[in-house]
Order: sequence, then structure tokens, then C-alpha cells
Amino acid sequence: MQPLASLRQGLARLIRPRRPETGPIRLGRRRIYILPTWAGLLYALTLVAMLLGAINYDLALGHALVFLLVSLGLVGMLHAHKNLLGLEISAQGREAVHAGELAHFRLQVQNPGPSPRPGLEWSASPRQPMQLQHLPGNDTGHLDLALEAPRRGWLELPPLKLASRYPLGLFLAWAHPWPAARCLVYPKPRFTPLPPGRQSGHSGAYPGREGQEDFAGFRERQPADSPRHVAWKAAARDAGDKPLLVKTFSGGAREELWLEWEDTSGDTEERLSILAGWVMDAEGAGLDYGLRLPRQALAPDHGTAHRQRCLQALALYPGATP
Amino acid sequence: MKLPAVPLPHASLPWLLAVALVTTLPHGLYQPAWLSGVAGLVLLGVTWRWWRGYQVSSAWLKVLLVFAGCAGILVQYRTLLGRDAGIAMLVLFMAMKLLELKSRRDAIVVVILGYFLLLTHYFHSQDIPTGLWLLASTLVVTGALLQLHGDPQEGPRTILLQAGRLLLQALPLMLLLYLLFPRVSGPLWGLPADAHAGRTGLSNSMSPGSISELALSDEIAFRARFDGPPPPRAARYWRGPVLNHYDGREWKVEDFRSTPPSLEALGAPYTYTLTLEAHKQHWLLPLDMPSRLPESAELKAEMTSNGLVRSKEPVTSRKNVAFTSHTRYRLGLDDPPGLLQANLQLPPGRNPRTLALARSWQRENPDPAWLVQRALQHFRQEAFSYTLSPPLLGQEAMDDFLFRTRQGFCEHYASAFVILMRAAQVPARVVTGYMGGELNPVDNFLVVRQLDAHAWAEVWLDGQGWVRVDPTAAISPGRVESGLESALPGREPLGGMVPVSMEWLKAMRHRWDALNNSWNQWVLGYTPERQREVLSRLGLDNPDWRTLIMALSTSVGLALLALAAWIFRPRRETDPARAIWKQALVRLEKQGLHCPPWESPLALARRLETEAPELAGPVQRLARLVCAARYEAKPPKMEALRLALRQLP
Repeated sequence: MQPLASLRQGLARLIRPRRPETGPIRLGRRRIYILPTWAGLLYALTLVAMLLGAINYDLALGHALVFLLVSLGLVGMLHAHKNLLGLEISAQGREAVHAGELAHFRLQVQNPGPSPRPGLEWSASPRQPMQLQHLPGNDTGHLDLALEAPRRGWLELPPLKLASRYPLGLFLAWAHPWPAARCLVYPKPRFTPLPPGRQSGHSGAYPGREGQEDFAGFRERQPADSPRHVAWKAAARDAGDKPLLVKTFSGGAREELWLEWEDTSGDTEERLSILAGWVMDAEGAGLDYGLRLPRQALAPDHGTAHRQRCLQALALYPGATP
Repeated sequence: MKLPAVPLPHASLPWLLAVALVTTLPHGLYQPAWLSGVAGLVLLGVTWRWWRGYQVSSAWLKVLLVFAGCAGILVQYRTLLGRDAGIAMLVLFMAMKLLELKSRRDAIVVVILGYFLLLTHYFHSQDIPTGLWLLASTLVVTGALLQLHGDPQEGPRTILLQAGRLLLQALPLMLLLYLLFPRVSGPLWGLPADAHAGRTGLSNSMSPGSISELALSDEIAFRARFDGPPPPRAARYWRGPVLNHYDGREWKVEDFRSTPPSLEALGAPYTYTLTLEAHKQHWLLPLDMPSRLPESAELKAEMTSNGLVRSKEPVTSRKNVAFTSHTRYRLGLDDPPGLLQANLQLPPGRNPRTLALARSWQRENPDPAWLVQRALQHFRQEAFSYTLSPPLLGQEAMDDFLFRTRQGFCEHYASAFVILMRAAQVPARVVTGYMGGELNPVDNFLVVRQLDAHAWAEVWLDGQGWVRVDPTAAISPGRVESGLESALPGREPLGGMVPVSMEWLKAMRHRWDALNNSWNQWVLGYTPERQREVLSRLGLDNPDWRTLIMALSTSVGLALLALAAWIFRPRRETDPARAIWKQALVRLEKQGLHCPPWESPLALARRLETEAPELAGPVQRLARLVCAARYEAKPPKMEALRLALRQLP
């Protein structure tokens, strides 16, 4: 098994694609490789033993059986190749994640022919568990690949390995499609207390929106609400039977928070982590926050889109790691 | 680095059980009952475990079972090797492997073991039903392999269909390999002692009851195909062992030389080919008397001094042998006196009454020809009868038979006749073989069965040589003229014989025999000689193995290419709407537009609104129709789509 494995690895190095391809990849004849599996070798060995037995005992039907099985093996080889032939593969990165989480890629596999393609084994790296896909004829299948995202920045989809042992497991046909796809990885957030806010000059900039100034009533607490606004007295009265309420305020000057590179300490990555934590906390607290990095600043705002912009800026901040 | 083993899907187990069942079940007919019991119990246990969803099985149990099984085989066969013991071991391994099915790898081992076990069925039989059973088993085993590597949710019907398709596609290649693969006549290594066990037929000795035993078997002994019309039934004596030594109970072959006797052929020759079943003996059973022996280098046929045709090696597989015979002949006219003297041997002091009878005849008239007639007349006139189940004979067997029981089968009459002749100083010997045979009207092969086994006598007469005398014909002329069936009085049980009255059954049996015969001739009888014959008909005269390998690899390569072309043939688009959309894309590409195949019809139409507004209208119409045809409950007619396609520039 060992020499076979090392041969396979050497071959894999030789035939691995050099750069990702944009657009769907069609698996043509030249991109599919095929080698017998250990089961194929065992099968061949068994057939040799069977042939010797058939000759020795002069078994005419034994010859026939051996020849049938030899032919079956060869037919299986053609079908193993066919199982990958013509598949069209494209990939797309899913939502951004934080470093240390799993980044998801969505593969789209189209089977242009009427015959089904069972037993497609997908893997993105040798350490990854293989994912199985059974694709019916004339159909498009989707598959989610989860990859570890250790570092912030763009995570490119590595070359994939698509293998198939179908139909008989005697041959392994495989290809290395490398569809271009990437997924944004934000810095891993580190949660430290928010820096003190600064009053912005104007008030009532966003009429109708919740402010910080005048008490306006109660509403049910949402996870993003700051604990400072929880109506603890009311909660104590209800003995915890009712959902927590928060006090809402309206009008007044909005607190505007600048998250400053200068306010953080440590090396680049640590600073980015702290900033990422601040961005998430600030968004969670419903604040307007701006982000100031060296040579780049994002004006105070709030909302999911703004948070994403900020985190993207942090993710793509030039640093030691690309 | 090795990936973790692929766990076995739950749905795979029934397939593996089926593999174990179809590959080991037929061995139940031959292997000891305890082994079948153990294998069956393990199978049941595994099934139960699967049903209840248990995972573990005790390692101790497995070790115990393996040791007990091996010990049992050792006790049963006195060895772990050899043919039958080897098969028993394989059956045991198969059962044990089922106990430790965890990963796909274990399952593959079971499947490959199953393929191997399929081969072992042929040790016992290679007839058509076995062939069909094995074809069905191959389908199941291949289905199991498919199930392991395909979609585990697939139903058994689909999987078996797929397996059948694969096997069908493998068939042409297999035929090529069967025809062209250089055949080697085995054995490659010394066969174990049990290689050719359990076959019936004549033996080289004869005692009362040894031939009537064969009369119970309708197994085929050989077939003959005559180039012209076959000889009349009464002349169909197939010559086997010639027995010339009597010890008071048993006739044996003794005292012969390898120089053939002189033979003067009279009348017309018969040219024919025998297809001998494997009887594991040296004799070849030609029509009495062969004037030309087969010239096969493999057989090395020769005739011994008593007129027996032997081959160098025992016939251990079905063989085709060509002969020319004359049914009228003069045999051994100039046999040396020593040889004739040996054919007067009698055990001294045995059967005194028989000897006395013969001597009284001899005193009456010493002419050998008259003595022969006198003895036959004796059989005819006294109350002798012909039966399959004669009473037991005492110490002086021939006295007992001639004077007390007077019931016997052909071996009794032949034996008694020869003893009488020898006692009267006429050289005589017993010839065993077959008598008769049934012509199959379907393929014109003459079929000779074990129940046609017969014994007759030969006496040496001055000026005529060895003359065949069949004393059975004196008692029961019907035996010679129309066969055993009509010769036996009443309803004596005959093995598998069909009563004459059931004509349609007989016709069916003829068909089945003819089918079996062509199976034997063309499938089983595809020997190195037959292969040479076929190849020379294909224009390859006497190829050496190198030419054969070349021819084989070239034709297999070509066949693989053809097969690949068939498997990879471009499939026409099965969905007409998609086909029309593809045509539309080709047209748009001609207009200089880039239309990537992954773009949906509607997306393309939207993009064209800005990129090529003059095209957007017709494209959008077609795109809507295509989508409607594919997804809507009431799809539009294809004519509408075709019309929309034509409206594209």
C-alpha cells in the first residue's frame, strides 16, 4: 500500500493545477486520472489465482468466469472514468467569518448527461473529511465545503480533489478542479471594554430613532441591548417571570464613538483583533461608531452593512500576513 | 497518511449476506453437514444482529469459531489443503469475515472472496444449470460491489439492473478472451488426490452385480457422432476392458501385451467421433472393432494384444476422439498359442458342476463352433431369466447360477459362458463395454449411457479368430435389439429412464441432451486442440503463443476502444426544451455574444437588454417559454418554442 500511496502523492504533485480557474470547470478527458485501488489490485491477484486454478483443474467454465471478471474489471475502469467526465463545477465563497471559524464554500456541480453520478468524493485537503455526493442525471447539485480559516484576509478555495470509485471500487478516478472562489475572513475579535464615547455636536440627527437622551418608554430586551439600559427594577418586581425590559430613550445628542487605531496597543494583529471586538460591541450596543485606521477612516454609522464595511477594512488591512 | 476507514452503510449488509449465501449455498450439497450448520448459524446470527442493530461481537467467539472450524476440517479431511478441504476453509473464512464487518474494506474482502468461491463450484459440476446459477450469483456479487460504491439509497432493482448492464458490456470482451486466450492443458501442478473424485463407469474388473449397478444410472457415458449413418443397433458394441483372468468370483484384466492383434477388416467402415465423459480410466470405448486409431499426440492411443484401446493418460476430462471401425472383421487370427493358452485359465477346483457340464458337452462333440451353439442352446432351453436384481450367489458362484438361481444380468451370462467354453478347452474371454445407444434426432448424436453398460464374450475359433458371442442375446434378444428398457420383464426400476410411452417427455429429453451436448462440445470442450481448429478457421494456422498473445492483445485493445466509444457516446439532450435553448445559444454565439452555459435563460435575457437591446425581445420570449416548458405544470407546446427559436436572428 505504501509505495502505491507515495506514487499517488508524487503524481498528485505533478498533475495539480497551477492556478484557479474562473467560470465553471468542465471535467474533460485530459483532466481525469485513473489508477487501480488496493481493492482493484486484490481483485487482479484473485483473478490470477482463479485462472491458475481453472487451468490446473481444466475447468472450462472457470476460464469463462475469470474472463468475464477480467472484462468486468475493464468495463468498470471505463465507467469510473465516465463517472467524472463532463461534470461542470463552479464554486462561491459564502458569508465572511472570523479567523478561527470555519469558512464555507458552496460548490455547484452540474451533471449534463442523463446518467446519474453516484459516489462523488469531494475533499479540499487531505486533512478534511471526504464529502460524498450522489448526483442524479441532468441535474445540478450543491455542496457545502467547510474550510478552517486560520487567518484574516481573503481565504482562497484551495485546489479540490474530486474522486470516484463508482461503479466497482476497483479503480479510483480523480481530478483536481480548482474553481476560483474566496471567502472573507475577519480578524478574530478580542472583546475589551469600549473606549469612552465622545459627544457629537448635533442632536436629533436621526428623528424617530432611538436616542440616549430622553426616556421614552419600555420595550422587550433584545440580545444586542446594553445591560445598562435594562429596567432592573421592573425585572425585580416581576421576579423574573416576564421578559426583561429595556428603557428606551429618544432624541438628544447621539453618542458617537470613534474606534481608533491609536487607542489600541500591541502588534498589528492584536490591534486589529481589539478593533474587531469593539466594532461588534459597538454595533451590539446600538451605537454609531466610526473606525479610524492609519490612512483610512470610516465615518460613524451603524447597521449590518456598516459593521461589515468596518470588519472588511480590518480584514484587508495590510499587515505581515497577506 | 491514511484516511479513516469508510464505515459500512447499514443497507450494505443484506447485500453481503446475499453474497455469502449464493456463493456458499451450493457447497452445502458436498461439504459435511456440520460445516453447513456452522456457516448457516453465523449467517443467521449476523442477520439477527443487523436486524436488531447490534454492533459488537465477541472477539473470543470469533477466535473460538475459527479454531473449532479449522479443527473440524482437519479431522474431516485430515488436511487443511487440497481441493475439498480448501473449499471448506474458504466457506469458513466467508462466515468468519461476516462476523467482523466494520468498514467498506471488510465488505470488499467478502465480495472478492465471493468471486473466488464462485470458481470452486465448478469442481463439482460444469453443466448448464450450474452455469446459469453462477451467472445469477455473479450478478448478485457484482451488485454488492456496486452497492458499496454507489448511492446507498439505491433500491436493489436498480442496482441489479446496473450490474446486469455492466456484465452485458463485459460479455463481448469475455468472448474474445475465451476464444483467443492461449489455452494450456493442465494440470500445472500435481493435482491433489481428491481432484477427480466421485465418477461412475466401468471398471477393470467384473463381479456379479457390478454392471447391473450401472444399469441404474442414466448418466451419459459418451456420445458418438457418425460421419454417415450409424450402424444398426445390434452391431453397436462399444469395446471396453477385456477381462481374461477369473479367480472364482471376479474377472480381471491380466496378461496382455502392447502388440496389437492382427485385424482384417471386412465390409464398410464407420467413421465417427466419440465425446468421452471423464471416466478416469485409460480405455477409450471404440465401436467394435476399430481399424484406425485416433492420431492425437496428446492421447497416444494404442491397442493392446487383447484388443483394448488405451490412452497413455487416464481420461480425466471430457475428450473428443476420432475413430474408424468395422463391425465385421477377423480379429487375432494369428494370435500366438501362449496367448490363447492364457485364455483357458480357470481357478482350479472351483465350480465343479459347471466344469463337469462343459466336459460332458466336449465329450459329445469337441468342435468349438458346436460347443458355442450348445452353450447358447443351454441358456435358451433351460429356465434362465434376465433380471436386474438377481438373487445372491454362494461360494461356488457359477454352479449356483447355472444350476440353482438361473436368474442373472449380462455379467452372469457372459461369465458363465466363458467359463463353460474354457472348461471345454475353447479359448474365451469376457469383454465389457457398452451396447446400443440412443440416437438423438435433434443433433444426430448417438448417446450412450451408463445403463447401456454390457458384458459379452469372445471365443477364438480356428480360421475366424476372436468371434463375439453375446449370451445375453440368447436369453433376452430384446436387450440387444431394442435396449435394456424393453428387455427387462415387468416394471423393474431403472434410474431415470423415461417410459417409452411418454413421447413428448422423450422429445424434451432429446432436446435437453442436444443442448447439453453442444454446451459440452463448444463451451466445455474448448480445449487447446479445439482452439487451434477455430483459429485455423479464422486464418491463424498453428499460431505459436507469441502470435496468439499479439492477436489477443490487438483484438482486446480494439474491443476496449469500441466499448469506450459506446460507453462515452455523446448522449442526445433528453429534454427538448433544453435542446432548443442550446440551439439558441449557438445562434447567439454566432452573433458575437458570449453566452456562458451556466447563465440561466432569464438572466441572459436581462443582460441582453443592455448589451444587445435589439435581440432582447425575441430572446426574452424564448427564455420565458423554455422556463415554462421546464417548470410549469402546464408546459407550452414544443411548436411554440421552435417558432420562437426561428424568430431569433
